[in-house]
Amino acid sequence: MPAPNAAPSKVSRASLDELARTCSQVRRDIVRMVHAVQSGHPGGSLGCTEFMVALYFKVLRHDPTAWNMDGAGQDLFFLSNGHISPVWYSVLARSGYFPVKELATFRRLDSRLQGHPTTHEGLPGVRMASGSLGQGLSVAIGAALAKRLNKDPHLVYSLHGDGELQEGQVWEAAMSAAAHKVDNLIATVDWNGRQIDGDVDQVMPLGDLPAKWRAFGWDVLEMNGNDMADVLLGLEEARSRTGRGRPVAILMRTEMGQGVDFMTGSHHWHGVAPNDEQLARALAQLPETLGDY
Amino acid sequence: MNPYPKLDEKDTRSGFGAGLLEAGQRDPRVVALCADLTGSLKMDAFAKAFPERFFQVGIAEANMMGIAAGLTIGDRIPFTGTFANFSTGRVYDQVRQSIAYAGKNVKICASHAGLTLGEDGATHQILEDIGLMRMLPGMTVVVPADFNQTRQATLAIAAHEGPVYLRFGRPKWPVFIPADMPFEIGRAQVLVPGADVSIFACGHLVWNALQAAQAMLGEGIRAEVINVHTIKPLDTAAVLSSVERTGCAVTCEEHNRHGGLGDAIAQVLACHRPTPQEYVAVNDRFGESGTPDQLLRKYGLDTPDIVAAVRRVRTRR
Repeated sequence: MPAPNAAPSKVSRASLDELARTCSQVRRDIVRMVHAVQSGHPGGSLGCTEFMVALYFKVLRHDPTAWNMDGAGQDLFFLSNGHISPVWYSVLARSGYFPVKELATFRRLDSRLQGHPTTHEGLPGVRMASGSLGQGLSVAIGAALAKRLNKDPHLVYSLHGDGELQEGQVWEAAMSAAAHKVDNLIATVDWNGRQIDGDVDQVMPLGDLPAKWRAFGWDVLEMNGNDMADVLLGLEEARSRTGRGRPVAILMRTEMGQGVDFMTGSHHWHGVAPNDEQLARALAQLPETLGDY
Repeated sequence: MNPYPKLDEKDTRSGFGAGLLEAGQRDPRVVALCADLTGSLKMDAFAKAFPERFFQVGIAEANMMGIAAGLTIGDRIPFTGTFANFSTGRVYDQVRQSIAYAGKNVKICASHAGLTLGEDGATHQILEDIGLMRMLPGMTVVVPADFNQTRQATLAIAAHEGPVYLRFGRPKWPVFIPADMPFEIGRAQVLVPGADVSIFACGHLVWNALQAAQAMLGEGIRAEVINVHTIKPLDTAAVLSSVERTGCAVTCEEHNRHGGLGDAIAQVLACHRPTPQEYVAVNDRFGESGTPDQLLRKYGLDTPDIVAAVRRVRTRR
């Protein structure tokens, strides 16, 4: 496990500053999108911002201008916990998959930015519908198996909520990934300890999560998902562990609502939209760095 | 003279197995997944011929549907194999979100459908699957009549772009569709022309419909027998063209009377040409253990039941 707060060797301070600026803008997008339609899920979106920014701006080998469904010759990403669509839509737009101004259509009639992500409206960057929980790991395994059959050396990444791990299909999938030696897959769990009804430990405890993934045959590492340097190191370490006959899991500690002080510390902001006053307070904590949509 | 004599007796699932192997030989993109029923689904030949393209997923059908959906991302054509109950009811949300709504090119291949599964009883005899699948937007639903047609249908769905539900069965059953009869998804087959009643049937009961038509010739009733092997998209033109001449319809299916072939046809008739119709279907019940023949008799799906339905519907014209 990488040391917390240690800057990765290959990432400069200037680069970290740049990523931090992007995170601030993505967080502004999230709270503004959810506020505009008074619905959506800001908590998990804010908590996963560093991870999603690191992935789309540093880690993924992808070409947003040459997007296609098959993604041959590119790394793929699947969002299994589809309710954190605001953070995904923001990084997709800001990394060039579709116009940033389209973020204003989030959850509105006739939008490609549905409440939960879908291929149905043809939004570039999205390869699977998600929202009904527990299905994304199976899909990511299928896509990874296709890459193996196609002799495509690129990787498949996926993100899952920790509450989502209560779905049995996740463990069916975990078992099968190890059995089929799917070692071109990096599955990350947003380990924030919160879900809609309360703390995960109160709703349905997950027990010893690292031990569970190890027992299912996965190579497991942990990282601090709200520390950009640690996220970059963790993703680099995860990549280095691919191709060794085992799927790789990253258990990523995050704080739900990270970046907006009053949205942290409980499960309350899982799926609640800020009012006008709360939006102003949130935006005051998040400098506009790349221009609001 | 019966134009469709019994050529042989084979299970439709073996038609699927033969078609799958052939589809795999024709197209290297074809892959197959099975949830611990490789022998029952007759997928062994494919697994042996293409071990790197066959995935045993264990008793985990939900995961199988998701993996299949993922395999399409990478231009593979996945065929999933398990019993009809575990292909639909058990995994409805996975099929709905990851395959149908996502528009993935997955072929859901379902054996042991309906009452003729036999002795295993109601836990395995799903009678609701056609309804479940035809309610999903974009899903094609195919129910072939015999071994030859199941083989043909398997090849046809491999070449068809989009999600498909292919339903077939367990028991040995008469083979009567000539192996070279053209098969086209969405195009119903008028097997026997007639002017007095339209009998629309799918799956195993197409054979019974032919027997019923033959039996009624003695009463001077010339029944038209139409094999509706594709329930969705339904061949509306064929349905309307037949009832225009006959003025009454009987629908035959190994399914609950709710949601299946009968309802699909009733919808067309109600909207376009109101026509008296009788259902030969399971009357909103679960099945039970027994031999296929015993079950078809007890649940009113046998040849004499079709004859009786024809007599009833003709009085309502």
